[in-house]
Amino acid sequence: MVAVPASARTVLDHQDISRALTRITHEILEKNRDSDGLVLLGIPTRGVDLARRIATRMSEVEGRAIVAGALDVTMYRDDLRLKPARALEHTDIPDDVDGKVVVLIDDVLMSGRTIRAALDALSDLGRPRAVQLAVLIDRGHRELPIRADYVGKNLPTSLAEQVKVRLTETDDQADSVSIEEGDHS
Amino acid sequence: MKHLLSAGDLSRAEATRILDTAEELLSVAQRPIKKLPTLRGRTIVNLFFEDSTRTRISFEAAAKRLSADVINFSAKGSSVSKGESLKDTALTLQAMGADAVVIRHGASGAPHQLAHSEWTRGAVVNAGDGTHEHPTQALLDAFTVRKHLADDGGTGDLEGKNITIVGDVLHSRVARSNALLLHTLGAKVTLVAPPTLLPVGVDAWPVETSYDLDASIEKADAVMMLRVQAERMNAAYFPSAREYSRRYGLDMSRMNRLQDHAIVMHPGPMNRGMEISADVADSPRSVIVEQVTNGVAVRMAVLYLLVGGQTDQPNSEEETA
Repeated sequence: MVAVPASARTVLDHQDISRALTRITHEILEKNRDSDGLVLLGIPTRGVDLARRIATRMSEVEGRAIVAGALDVTMYRDDLRLKPARALEHTDIPDDVDGKVVVLIDDVLMSGRTIRAALDALSDLGRPRAVQLAVLIDRGHRELPIRADYVGKNLPTSLAEQVKVRLTETDDQADSVSIEEGDHS
Repeated sequence: MKHLLSAGDLSRAEATRILDTAEELLSVAQRPIKKLPTLRGRTIVNLFFEDSTRTRISFEAAAKRLSADVINFSAKGSSVSKGESLKDTALTLQAMGADAVVIRHGASGAPHQLAHSEWTRGAVVNAGDGTHEHPTQALLDAFTVRKHLADDGGTGDLEGKNITIVGDVLHSRVARSNALLLHTLGAKVTLVAPPTLLPVGVDAWPVETSYDLDASIEKADAVMMLRVQAERMNAAYFPSAREYSRRYGLDMSRMNRLQDHAIVMHPGPMNRGMEISADVADSPRSVIVEQVTNGVAVRMAVLYLLVGGQTDQPNSEEETA
C-alpha cells in the first residue's frame, strides 16, 4: 500500500470508527430486541472486518458468543462483463438464514449495486425473515432504491472524490476514513 | 487466459487462481439453490467427437450451475458421420454464437487447431485430445490432492509432495497434463509403468520414471492409477492382463504399504480387477468419487474465468471502464 496522499482529508479516525461501530451494535440490538435470530454477514473485504468487530461488541453486550459470516457477491454483480473475470472472495454462512433477520454489513454505500447483488445472493441461500443493512459510510449517489438501516456517518461527497476506508485487519495500518481527490485509479 | 488448451500453458499463479476459485464454487453444490447467475445469456457448446460420460456431464453440470445455455453436440448422430469436417462444424457453431467451445477429439491437437483458426471467436477448452492432454482433469486432480494433502486446510501449495502416477502413461492424456501441472505447482511426480507403456521422449518431461511400483509406493503422498486403454492398443504391450495386474495393479496388500495420509486416485472409468482392485477402489483411502464432485467445481471455475468477465469482442468498450 502507498502512503496516504497529501491531498487526503481524514474524516474519521480510529476513535470515531470505534464509537460508530459501538453505536451501530446497540442500534441493531435495540431494533431487533435481542440477538436471537440475527445473522451478521459482512461483504468482502472490509465489510467482513466490520462485521467481525460488530459481532465482538455484540458478544460482550449479550454475554454469549456471536459470530459473523461473509457473503461474496462477485458472481451476482451486474458489471462482471465490464472487466476481466475477478477472483472470488470467501463466502462463509455461519447459520441457516431461513426465517432469520440478516444484517448485511459493508464499508461504503454508494450506488447500491453491491447491495442489490447481495440481496440476490442471499435469496439463493434461503429466505430470511428480514434483511437489514449497516454501513460505516453512506456517501449518497444512489443508483437504485436502496437505503441503509444503520449508518456510521453520512458523508456527502462529489463523484470526483474517493472515499478510502482503511482497517488494520486488511490494510495493515491504523483505522481511518479519508476523502481523496479522485484520480480514478 | 483466453483458452485452456494445455496444462503446461498455466503458470503457477494462474493454476492457483483456478484452484482457489474452484474452492469457493465447491460450496454451491451444498446450497438449496445450486445455481449462480454469472453466465446468464452465454452459450457454451460441448463438442464431443469421442465418447465420454463423466467429462461431458461434468462440463454440462458446471455450465448449467453458472446459468449458461448449453448445447451438446456428439459426433454420433450428427453430420460428422456424413463426413463433415471439424472446420465446417466449428463454423456452424460460431454462426450460432458460441461463447465457449468445450472440445473432446480423438486427434491430438484438434483443440489447438480450433483455437488458432478463425473458425470460432469463443474460448476453447480442451476436454481431452487424443493421447495428448486433458487439462481440466489435471486441475481437478490437483484440486483433490491439495484438499487432502496441503496445509492451511487444503489451500496451501503442493511443494515437495510426492505424486506417483501408475499405468498406461503411453496412451494417457491425463498423465501428461497431470505431470505438467503438478510440476508447475511444485509437486514431485513419479511415473511408474512397464517400459512399453512409457512414451518416447518421457525423459524430457519434468518427472522421474520407474518400472517398479513396489519400490515407489512407500514414499507416495498420492497414487494415481491410470486406466489401461485397451481400445487404443493395437499391439501387445504386456504379456497378459494377469501379469500386468500383478506388477502394476493396486491391490490391498500394496495399498497397505502406503503412508497413513496417502490417498488413492483414478480418473475413471476404472477397470476393476485390472489396474485397481475392487476393494481398493471402495476403500476409505480412495477419493475417486470425490474427484467427480470436485470436477464440477473446477470446470465451473475454468468457465467463469474464461467467459465470466469481459471477453474480447470486436467492439468492446474498454475505455469506458
